[in-house]
Amino acid sequence: MRTLWLALAGVFACVGTALAQTGDCTEAAALVHADAGLSRAAPAIASRHELKVLVAGSASSILAGPGGTRAAYPVTLQSALSKRLPGVAVSVVNTAKPRQTAAEMLASFGQVLAEQKPDLVIWQTGTVDAMRAIDVDQFRAALEKGVDQLRAGGADVMLMNMQYSPRTESMIAADPYAEIMRGVALREEIPIFDRLAVMKAWNDEGTFDLSTTTKNSEMAEQVHVCIGRLLADLVVEAVDFAKEAKQGK
Amino acid sequence: MPRLDLFRGIALWLIFLDHIPFNVVNWVTIRNYGFSDAAEIFVFISGYTAAFVYGRAMRERGPIAAGARILKRGWQVYVAHVFLFVIYLAEISYVGAKFDNPLFAEEFNLFGFLRSPDVILTQALVLKFKPVNMDVLPLYIVLLLSFPPLLWSLLRSPNLALLGSGILYVVARKFGWNLPAFPAGKWYFNPFAWQFLFVFGAWCALGGAQQVASLIKSRTVLVLSVAYLLFAMVMTLAGHFPRMHQLIPTWIDRLVNPVDKTNLDPLRLLHFAILALVTVRFIPRDWPYLKWSGFRPAIICGEHSLEIFCLGIFLSFAGHFLLVEISNRAWMQILVSLAGIVIMVVVAWIMSWYKKLDARGPKSLPPQPAAGRPLAGDAA
Repeated sequence: MRTLWLALAGVFACVGTALAQTGDCTEAAALVHADAGLSRAAPAIASRHELKVLVAGSASSILAGPGGTRAAYPVTLQSALSKRLPGVAVSVVNTAKPRQTAAEMLASFGQVLAEQKPDLVIWQTGTVDAMRAIDVDQFRAALEKGVDQLRAGGADVMLMNMQYSPRTESMIAADPYAEIMRGVALREEIPIFDRLAVMKAWNDEGTFDLSTTTKNSEMAEQVHVCIGRLLADLVVEAVDFAKEAKQGK
Repeated sequence: MPRLDLFRGIALWLIFLDHIPFNVVNWVTIRNYGFSDAAEIFVFISGYTAAFVYGRAMRERGPIAAGARILKRGWQVYVAHVFLFVIYLAEISYVGAKFDNPLFAEEFNLFGFLRSPDVILTQALVLKFKPVNMDVLPLYIVLLLSFPPLLWSLLRSPNLALLGSGILYVVARKFGWNLPAFPAGKWYFNPFAWQFLFVFGAWCALGGAQQVASLIKSRTVLVLSVAYLLFAMVMTLAGHFPRMHQLIPTWIDRLVNPVDKTNLDPLRLLHFAILALVTVRFIPRDWPYLKWSGFRPAIICGEHSLEIFCLGIFLSFAGHFLLVEISNRAWMQILVSLAGIVIMVVVAWIMSWYKKLDARGPKSLPPQPAAGRPLAGDAA
């Protein structure tokens, strides 16, 4: 009996440390802050008690392999947001498809807006554009057009840039595209989730060793859980930002 | 020309530092404090030296001989570019074969192109496929190929040639002329736009600098220049700090941003021209400190610019590799950056030594007549 208790205690200790480890990833939280508000999501939460989020993106919003989407960050986003916004019906729909540039995603926005009527669209992009070395002006133009279109369709927009991938960073010029995304976010006054900076911080701090080689998707899933949580924090912060801005007026 | 070599050497170091992704030492490089960066310095000084060296050759030996030497130089740069491409292929093949992680399934699609070497090698040889950080040499090759007729017209009528180049710059920007790239898009350094900076450098070397001497000495121009440099610094820093960005009036922001590098935005061009003007004002050609031994390392790097440029690109690949393999801590980044610069200096020093050896060589053989070949030309 005693051994059983000890074993159980051991198991709890392990689970505890595992949880603590995934909890550690919030140390990059300082890099996630809202410099703009979500002026449409805020009233949707306040009056309708509802928040419909749509994730538009490429393969890094889906985990590789069968059932990958079930472990990808949009799932954590939904559970974390529900916890942070009690009494609000939160739904997150993931429409990400591999190998899509910003311009290609843009083409599907009209249909998605009409079908889903989201309050907030999280637009993850930049990776495929950087890999294909799409002309930076065209990339910027696609972003601006997409943001306009989503806003015209009644949704708030939040941008998310690329992953930090140390093994390929000298082969994929992520930086200029990330800069453009930060620039568009600043000028259009929309929040941006700087995934590149967050993952870079995790790698530097040793939270995750992103240059490890593995076939196992355990670390990938943990990274996605962390992204989902921080992303939920950003959504809540941006909603508060919009509320404060409105009260300020 | 120790002053030119000094600044070119420094530009080569900055290019090396900027090419290591996320390097903390990047914060010292000029691109964070103004619109223009080391690429402008490199292209301008390359134009200046090319005109200085081949201009004399063209005056003394005629356009055909000088043109042939320019084309030979272009060929050397092409070979250097292909050499760098092979190193790039080696790196990417190694990483592609060794590394796997489901988290980066998307990014690793990049290695897919290794399955079609027929496409990728041909596209690289015709300069359409240019891996990350390998855009400057193709620009330089195109500029050298078109330089013989340009130099000829610059020698006949410098101002008219500069005007022609300026018109091409404006028209190309207006109509979006650029060369196509593979697999998509256009050249990162638009040769139709960047040629203007190269020609401007050449024009300065062929007497243009004297024409603007009064501008260089003017106090009003200096005050305006400093004001512009400060403005550029504030605008560039604001791009990095959202809180600072909020303090900038929207109309100024919309007027300035985005500052386009591909087509050499006029703001960048002006920023570089002003930097050059202020530098020339405070550091004259015969500045006594140019002889100071502390500047020697940069000057000898500048004297072997093509070789040291290529070495710098290679070292930035290698440095990145070490950062990923060993440690990406700030101290390691500083160490890798410093080590890279030391290697560049040592190699430049060895090359100077070889050159001295070559120059001394024929003299030690007694029967050789005094027909030593001129060395200066190939140092551009």
